[in-house]
Amino acid sequence: MPKVMLRYSDSGKLLFYIAKKDQEEEIAKVEQDDDNAWGGAVELTDGSKYYIDPISPPPKFPTTLSFKKA
Amino acid sequence: MSTMTREETQALIQEVLEVYPEKAAKDRAKHLAANDQSVEQSKKCITSNRKSLPGVMTIRGCAYAGSKGVVWGPIKDMIHISHGPVGCGQYSRAGRRNYYVGMTGVNTFGTMNFTSDFQEKDIVFGGDKKLDKLISEIDQLFPLNKGITVQSECPIGLIGDDIEAVAKKKGKELNKPVVPVRCEGFRGVSQSLGHHIANDAVRDWVLHNRDNDNSFVSTPYDVTIIGDYNIGGDAWSSRTLLEEMGLRVIAQWSGDGTLAEMENTPKAKLNLLHCYRSMNYISRHMEEKYGIPWMEYNFFGPTKIEESLRAIAARFDDKIKAGAERVIAKYKPLMEEIIAKYKPRLEGKRVMLYVGGLRPRHIIGAYEDLGMEVVGTGYEFAHNDDYDRTMKEMGNATLIYDDVTGYEFEEFVKKIKPDLIGSGIKEKYIFQKMGIPFRQMHSWDYSGPYHGYDGFAIFARDMDMTLNNPCWGKLQAPWKKQAAESASQAA
Repeated sequence: MPKVMLRYSDSGKLLFYIAKKDQEEEIAKVEQDDDNAWGGAVELTDGSKYYIDPISPPPKFPTTLSFKKA
Repeated sequence: MSTMTREETQALIQEVLEVYPEKAAKDRAKHLAANDQSVEQSKKCITSNRKSLPGVMTIRGCAYAGSKGVVWGPIKDMIHISHGPVGCGQYSRAGRRNYYVGMTGVNTFGTMNFTSDFQEKDIVFGGDKKLDKLISEIDQLFPLNKGITVQSECPIGLIGDDIEAVAKKKGKELNKPVVPVRCEGFRGVSQSLGHHIANDAVRDWVLHNRDNDNSFVSTPYDVTIIGDYNIGGDAWSSRTLLEEMGLRVIAQWSGDGTLAEMENTPKAKLNLLHCYRSMNYISRHMEEKYGIPWMEYNFFGPTKIEESLRAIAARFDDKIKAGAERVIAKYKPLMEEIIAKYKPRLEGKRVMLYVGGLRPRHIIGAYEDLGMEVVGTGYEFAHNDDYDRTMKEMGNATLIYDDVTGYEFEEFVKKIKPDLIGSGIKEKYIFQKMGIPFRQMHSWDYSGPYHGYDGFAIFARDMDMTLNNPCWGKLQAPWKKQAAESASQAA
């Protein structure tokens, strides 16, 4: 369950930062991203996949969340 | 030799790796690469932040160096105790030239060495009592200190001393922050983890101290300089530019910085991050907790300064944007003069760098402004994200080396034959004796500052002074030279 810090990049894309690994990647796809909830399966630009139970209402970024490896 | 092709660079790497045992060669091969600008993610072609191989000459430091030497050390009005045996503190004392203003020993303590000087009995019976006594003594002798940090050396972690308990107790007693930092040297693979630990200590023990105190009046133009250690006055020459464009710098982390500045940082509107590697952790934390955005900038060389000033101004209103243009216009004639003077003397020269932190990528622009070319670069302790940023700055097929060993570095230099090398004191005399001009790029070779417009003038002069020094033509003994000359005449 890596702890992940989510923040917006200068270009407005959501960045996925795993502090332990110093890995910073853009999020390519989120399963659910609307007014009700944010979360589900998350795919990064490098192809790796993570999962988080949808959070409702959507969290305010930047924030730190725990993801599961999918 | 002009620029190398990708195949030549790969062949060079293979050639250098040949002397290693098979397993070591396999491991080292992952840390050496020919740059490929088309690769988006550096981890696909270079591995970093891994343990150095036993038996090779690595140039890395330790976690204590990262915490005491880099992050905490320059905070001038706190006393930093090197907790453990005497050597770590003494040999790292004042070597980094973090300039500051103040009366040393009265209200500032930057160049002094405080140590608990562990003896055998402290290892056997524990050093907590000694630390307790030491902190009381320090506060008695130096009452103007604003706080104390305990920088652990290796034995503290090994014998299991509870420095947190002592720090809490003494903090209450003295009514000052007493910060325990668990930066024992054996943690992690390089000084990089020390930076992280130090950042975490700031987060846990300092940053929130004034959260409910609104006596500091902030303005909409408050910024901070983060990750500038004021080596030779770097932070000052950066700060003047920001102030000239109308911003107010409320904190310097940590060169010439104070505890109060750190505590007031959450009141800033924007954190300006120079050394990404050592202070991104705290910037990320402040973004999450206080909603302060952060951005990286680069104050090496006029091209990058211009870019950075505009990028910083873009975060503010038109007044600051106009201010940035004013600053750029003001220094433009000065910069043109410097480039006109030094570029003809330096143009086309090739440079190899091997430093740490931000410099292997940030300085490239400054060299390019002088018409020079960086043909090889590498970091002591970078992570993937640093290489992500570096690959875009470097030319295609140039050599990139991570945690390079003494042997590899020498061999690369022999083959690539650069005109100038920028690295540290440990490398300096090897390469000077090989007859290659060398500048220390950790401490600016006792010169500086190199940041900002004023710094660029000094940078250009220093590079010229080193490269075009007449001594490089005098390396051969005169009688040997004559023999060679007469032989060539006879032929």
